[in-house]
Amino acid sequence: MLDSHSTQEINATIHALIAEHQHRPGALLPLLHAIQDSIGFIPEAVYTPISKALALSVAEVHGVVTFYHHFRTHKAGQHVMQICRAESCQAMGSEALEAHAKKCLNVDYHQTTTDDAITLEPVYCLGNCALSPSVMMDDEIYGRVSAADLDALILEARRAEAKV
Amino acid sequence: MVTKIYIPRDSSALAMGAEKVAVAVAAEAKNRGLAVEIIRNGSRGLYWLETMVEVATSSGRTAYGPVKVKDVPSLFDADFINGKPHALSLGVTDEIDWLKKQQRLTFARVGVTDPVSLEDYLAHDGYNGLKNALKLSGADIVKIVTDSGLRGRGGAAFPTGIKWNTVLGCEAEQKYIVCNADEGDSGTYSDRMIMEGDPFVLIEGMTIAGVAVGATRGYIYLRSEYPHALAVLNEAIAVANKAGYLGDNVLGSGKAFYLEVRRAAGAYVCGEETSLLESLEGKRGLVRFKPPLPAIEGLFGKPTVVNNVISLATIPIVLDKGAQYYADYGMGRSRGTLPIQLAGNIKHGGLVELAFGATLRELLYDFGGGSFTGKPIRAVQVGGPLGAYLPESQFDTPLDYEEFIKIWAVLGHGGIVAFDDSVDMAKMARYAFEFCAIESCGKCTPCRIGSTRGVEVIDKITSGKDHAKNIALVRDLSDTMLNGSLCALGGMTPYPVLSALNHFPEDFGLSQKN
Repeated sequence: MLDSHSTQEINATIHALIAEHQHRPGALLPLLHAIQDSIGFIPEAVYTPISKALALSVAEVHGVVTFYHHFRTHKAGQHVMQICRAESCQAMGSEALEAHAKKCLNVDYHQTTTDDAITLEPVYCLGNCALSPSVMMDDEIYGRVSAADLDALILEARRAEAKV
Repeated sequence: MVTKIYIPRDSSALAMGAEKVAVAVAAEAKNRGLAVEIIRNGSRGLYWLETMVEVATSSGRTAYGPVKVKDVPSLFDADFINGKPHALSLGVTDEIDWLKKQQRLTFARVGVTDPVSLEDYLAHDGYNGLKNALKLSGADIVKIVTDSGLRGRGGAAFPTGIKWNTVLGCEAEQKYIVCNADEGDSGTYSDRMIMEGDPFVLIEGMTIAGVAVGATRGYIYLRSEYPHALAVLNEAIAVANKAGYLGDNVLGSGKAFYLEVRRAAGAYVCGEETSLLESLEGKRGLVRFKPPLPAIEGLFGKPTVVNNVISLATIPIVLDKGAQYYADYGMGRSRGTLPIQLAGNIKHGGLVELAFGATLRELLYDFGGGSFTGKPIRAVQVGGPLGAYLPESQFDTPLDYEEFIKIWAVLGHGGIVAFDDSVDMAKMARYAFEFCAIESCGKCTPCRIGSTRGVEVIDKITSGKDHAKNIALVRDLSDTMLNGSLCALGGMTPYPVLSALNHFPEDFGLSQKN
């Protein structure tokens, strides 16, 4: 489950992050962000050490992780593609774009392609509403995205993976 | 001589390729042996012209757009660095009609300055407001804010000065200033533009708030969907700390103000202030019962000012130019200006800051240029996913909080999303319920259960099952949500639903109005 990283390395990373964040007021969200930024997701195995460090119950940690859409409990693909489903993008044809993406990638939302290249996620507004429809690939936003643009983004993401 | 070239670092400009354009301009200039300085500014807000490249010339800043990478060599061939004409010429930026017709107070510097240059900020009237505030008592600052008539720009339109006064009047060893930067409403991006284009104005506004009410700590609760805003804010905060505009001794006043950005995690409901505070405390974003008001028992149980980005970013100009200067703009009880965001199916989408009182029609046609697709605009949604849908017959409504209430609509955060005549309003009503179901925090039943039942009832209506009965049921359900929900998420989802049903009955299989 933790592929390239050894469990030991992950544990060391997690403990270092807990030590770094545990004394901040309202530490849980910054800590979870730091963990996800570092290893890509929040494994269930970290609930116990976090709960001990922050004097919370495991249930509270689990509750927070699962309440927020941003946090993932399983590893994503190499790239995360988010398609905006909000009203402004709907007014500019995002529904057709969503259907196109699902068909091309052969996945539904919250799923990863079989080659592990792309995880598809819905998003509700990227703040790019003057240039709808919008798509976010990892941390980059794209505006006025056509089906052809989407194909190019997918191709580029897969090509980048092939190089690695 | 080094020529200054401005290429935005704003997310929407980046979404149209601004990064690649900047790289191409730098490379082309180097190849041609030309000395240029590329400044990564915010966006002027004429988004259909992004990437908009500006050059500083002797006759002022001259704009070109929309520039794509392939246009870069021809721009150099045309000698654009001396402001010479090109097919993409837009003329002197300040003379562009779309900008010239605006009244930019809060957005005065956005797109003009280098967002992370404190020198640039200071050279454009930056920190005049804080300097004035430091000479006044907390009560005097609060009075100026109250007298300006500024109301919360996040959507609720509560008078900012009154909120501050409550916090000022509380005795506590610690108070907080919290900036709500969880801009989740579809069709809105003005908070993002400020944070990416002029972060110091938000920092200054929060510092003034801290000085006014006696709060020494501030948090910016920023949505996780805004990575570029996060980078700019952190850069600007570091600069302000280093230069003594934040920290233990703000400008030598002996007053401390510490500021930190906290990332949200993709929950729409955390834009609601009490849910936001829960989230900042490291908990699930469950809405709190009110009272107690956050002004009295807010973050970590302490008195807290919670204001939207635009409200806080408007404070510096109020403290700089005075309450009356700001209050002279606007109509009725809506004083000052509103940064309006044109979005959705619109030809000229972007940021229009105007005094309250302009009509929707002026915004949609004079500024927006009609729909992007060229078809008639059939409906607009104002104020985000919880705002009402308005038909063409209401396009003459002036943008004013009270005028919108009269037609059972809300101005919200000033986002206007246009739809052409291909829109299916029953589908939009269904989406409103669906969105509420996805984003409900789950604390109250009308929102948690009502939203899911709402989706089902709309499906029955559109499939023609027990039609009359289900129309009555969706109205009854909406009534329960309106009156029985704990916060605006459940409580306002009926706005888009019922306005769609009332103004566009034909989309729900009912006979047309009139």
